[in-house]
Amino acid sequence: MALATSPPEAPAPPDRKTYSSDAAGLGRVRASVFAAPALLLIAVFLVFPALWVLYLSITNYRLSGVEARDPQVVGLDNFFNALVSGKFWNSTWLTVEFVLGSAVIGQVVLGFTIAWLMRDRTGPLKRLVEGLVILAWILPSAVVSFLWVALLDRDGGTLNLLLGIPGFAWLLDYPMLSIIVFNTWRGTAFSMMLYGAALGNVPPSHLESARLAGASGWQQLRDVVFPHIRGHILTNLLLISLWTFNDFTPFMLTAGGPDGKTEILAVYVYKEALIGGNLGVGAAISAIILLINLVVAVFYLRLLRRKS
Amino acid sequence: MSPRRVLGRIGFYTLIAVVLAFFSVPLLWLATAPFTSDPTYEVSLPDFTLANFRAILEHPYALGSLYNSLILAVGTALLVVLFAALAAYALSRVRIPGRDGLLYALLLLSSIITGTAAMVPIYQLAVELNLIDTHLGVILILTGGLLPAAIFMLKDFMDTTPKSYEESARVFGASPLQIVRHVVVPLVRPGLATIAVWAIANVWGNFLMPYLLFSSDPENQPAAVIIYTLYTEGGQANLQLLSTFGLLYSVPVVLMYLFVSKKYGFRFHGGIKR
Amino acid sequence: MSAIELRGLTKVYPGGVRALDALDLVIPDGEFFALLGPSGCGKTTLLRTIAGLETATSGSVVLGERDVTNIQPGARDLAMVFQDYALFPHMDVTDNIAYPLRIKKVAKAARGDKAREVGERLGLAQLMDRRPGQLSGGQQQRVALARVMATQARAFLFDEPLSNLDARLRLEARTFLKRLQRELGVTTVFVTHDQAEALAMADRMAVMEAGHIRQVGTPAEVFQRPINTFVASFIGSTPMNLLDAVVRGDSLEVSGCKVAVPESAAGLLTDGEKIVYGVRPEYMSYSAGPAEGALGGKVSIVENLGASHLVTLEVGTASVQAVVPEGREPVPGDDGYALPRADRALAYRDGDLVAAGRGGTEAGA
Repeated sequence: MALATSPPEAPAPPDRKTYSSDAAGLGRVRASVFAAPALLLIAVFLVFPALWVLYLSITNYRLSGVEARDPQVVGLDNFFNALVSGKFWNSTWLTVEFVLGSAVIGQVVLGFTIAWLMRDRTGPLKRLVEGLVILAWILPSAVVSFLWVALLDRDGGTLNLLLGIPGFAWLLDYPMLSIIVFNTWRGTAFSMMLYGAALGNVPPSHLESARLAGASGWQQLRDVVFPHIRGHILTNLLLISLWTFNDFTPFMLTAGGPDGKTEILAVYVYKEALIGGNLGVGAAISAIILLINLVVAVFYLRLLRRKS
Repeated sequence: MSPRRVLGRIGFYTLIAVVLAFFSVPLLWLATAPFTSDPTYEVSLPDFTLANFRAILEHPYALGSLYNSLILAVGTALLVVLFAALAAYALSRVRIPGRDGLLYALLLLSSIITGTAAMVPIYQLAVELNLIDTHLGVILILTGGLLPAAIFMLKDFMDTTPKSYEESARVFGASPLQIVRHVVVPLVRPGLATIAVWAIANVWGNFLMPYLLFSSDPENQPAAVIIYTLYTEGGQANLQLLSTFGLLYSVPVVLMYLFVSKKYGFRFHGGIKR
Repeated sequence: MSAIELRGLTKVYPGGVRALDALDLVIPDGEFFALLGPSGCGKTTLLRTIAGLETATSGSVVLGERDVTNIQPGARDLAMVFQDYALFPHMDVTDNIAYPLRIKKVAKAARGDKAREVGERLGLAQLMDRRPGQLSGGQQQRVALARVMATQARAFLFDEPLSNLDARLRLEARTFLKRLQRELGVTTVFVTHDQAEALAMADRMAVMEAGHIRQVGTPAEVFQRPINTFVASFIGSTPMNLLDAVVRGDSLEVSGCKVAVPESAAGLLTDGEKIVYGVRPEYMSYSAGPAEGALGGKVSIVENLGASHLVTLEVGTASVQAVVPEGREPVPGDDGYALPRADRALAYRDGDLVAAGRGGTEAGA
């Protein structure tokens, strides 16, 4: 600590042995050893793949054939090819529909509605509603996907029985709507719990003074509740958009079909790279997904920082 | 009650009824079909047979796949808890140069590098390292994916644990490793348990990674992959098997959730599920 | 048991904050010593540097004959009670008290015996199987004390030992701590921001401000002869009157009144000089009628202190406070006269006490 203001009579001797001054006396060396295994695993299995995607995206690498043994760098060709292909844009558009429909509209609206309806309640009704919503969220995706296959089945499916329209093929005729409703059902729990917690933090005195002033339910929402939970809404929107954007579960319901009508980007990458074998093209699309994720995540982190 | 209030009540209960129906109808089948002798897609009153469970026992891969799921989940959870706790403690207590940047990067990484974005290189990496069709491969890859968020959550937890406990032990002469063993581990045990449960829940339900990496051999495939194979391959799906197996596969998560919410009152962590 | 000596002790935090600035201090063996100051003055940093939890930037800490500046906290033979007591929540009272012995590898049975012995001495016999979470604040404090007593340490360090107790308990604990320290005779340094606590418990005390020790002395010295206006206003439950004054011959002019020159400053002031005149409200005698050398004015506020009253007089442009015994208090609007005791009044020039011997030991002396 060579500060100009240090007292001249007591300069630290060069051989002064200092010991670490953190709470447990761990010291930097030991701390680094502690952190090393985690950082190593993250580097190998998370960071490296992400960087590798960027490299692959500029090669003509394939799963098999000549290019598998001797891939060539093809520059930005994969990106150009993706950007001019109708399939890529179709898939992007489907993804936007999926994210907007199931996350931004479905989960947020339904999650907030349930949280709002249940805000002052305790007891069995609240436990039942919340329990069912959370159950839909925690069951393994392979199980819930099949439950929806059963629900939407053309002949014996429960939905057609309830609606009295046997033979109606939801997954063939309205595949996009099906996976949007499915994902709304699947993911509402997170929004419900987040808004539930947020509503619990709205000071009751604010609501009471609004009520004393004669505000209606809607006015209370607009003037007291929304300003209070604006941050939560934004956090919620960013997180569930990110998750929904990267969700692979619809694959288990429709496998991207019929005829590519539910081929969202996650499924498109899988089909292009691992079924079609075009690793380079798949990587280019992955790189685009990474970029979009990065934009959303940076936005989210800046929001978090501003709050703290 | 004023007529307005009565209308409000009716509206409220109608809305609740619709929500209840929406969330329960898809689940009904899982509750009835396993106990029905010859289940169809139709939800019907079961005859409470247990024959379907016997069929599971006879299936060559069903029970084995649950065991595989267990190995993946527990193995990953152990690695995540151990490595995340060590790293989080070091990062929480020692000012390693560049710590804040590192944490920021970790948080960023965990949210942008998803299975979807990285499936191509992960597949290749597994091939190159001979980790295809091995439990270890999936465990390491899933651990790598879960670690950043786990470190972040645990560091948060440790930051709120007062340092005076460790300092007190230190003044009494305890060595750093004694402090970690006697004081830190018991203090952060609830946090470790939370992370373990979170990791188990994540891995138990994960489909994409095992689907990518256990491509051929059903011996090693976990339940998520087996169940998907059961309903996509071989013409007519075996509903007897599917429903019962689905139920068996679901029960552990539900029990774990009930246990956690009873014990810790379900602490709400932003990234509890990815 | 050892004396503690600090030589040129300096602590600069990364970023350049000077928490301790070349401190010199000697705490003799067996003394009960208070580090007093407002928050952020460096008193806790000083205590933690003595403990070894903070490393000194320069200077040294000497315990007895041994320079411990670069020695790990655990090897210094000190024991510390933390502000939050830092009782391990997962251990019962016995294990908490026995923890230092466990580190020293004392056999389980022996350390259990020792813990029970100390616990009994502090009245914890019935609580030995409880967890800290099941104890009251006062009980937790006694467990923390028992834990340091079990160590055979050369000195005890207490960080704000009373701040976690509620007001009534605090007075009891004050007496208890003072008695315990006297019985044990172990050198004990404690940190407090409460001047009443320091005055009541300490044998001697250091008043700190901004990383410096401003005054060291017995409570009586510090109370009666604060070395500067900072210490003067910080010590005392009712703040000292600090009034602008001008020297006029052999007396002072304060807000239009003529008062005697403080005895301690006699012969040290020059005519016409501007000084600050200081006198504690406790050292004023109040009367309803005029008196020679008194500060006279209108009574504006009367505050009840229990057995006495604090009377605020508006003297010219200044407010003067005096403590008035029970039964003789005026009502607002009365005329009143407060006569300072010349042997207790003080004069400050540029914030420092004007006095021949400069009572007390000044820092660095």
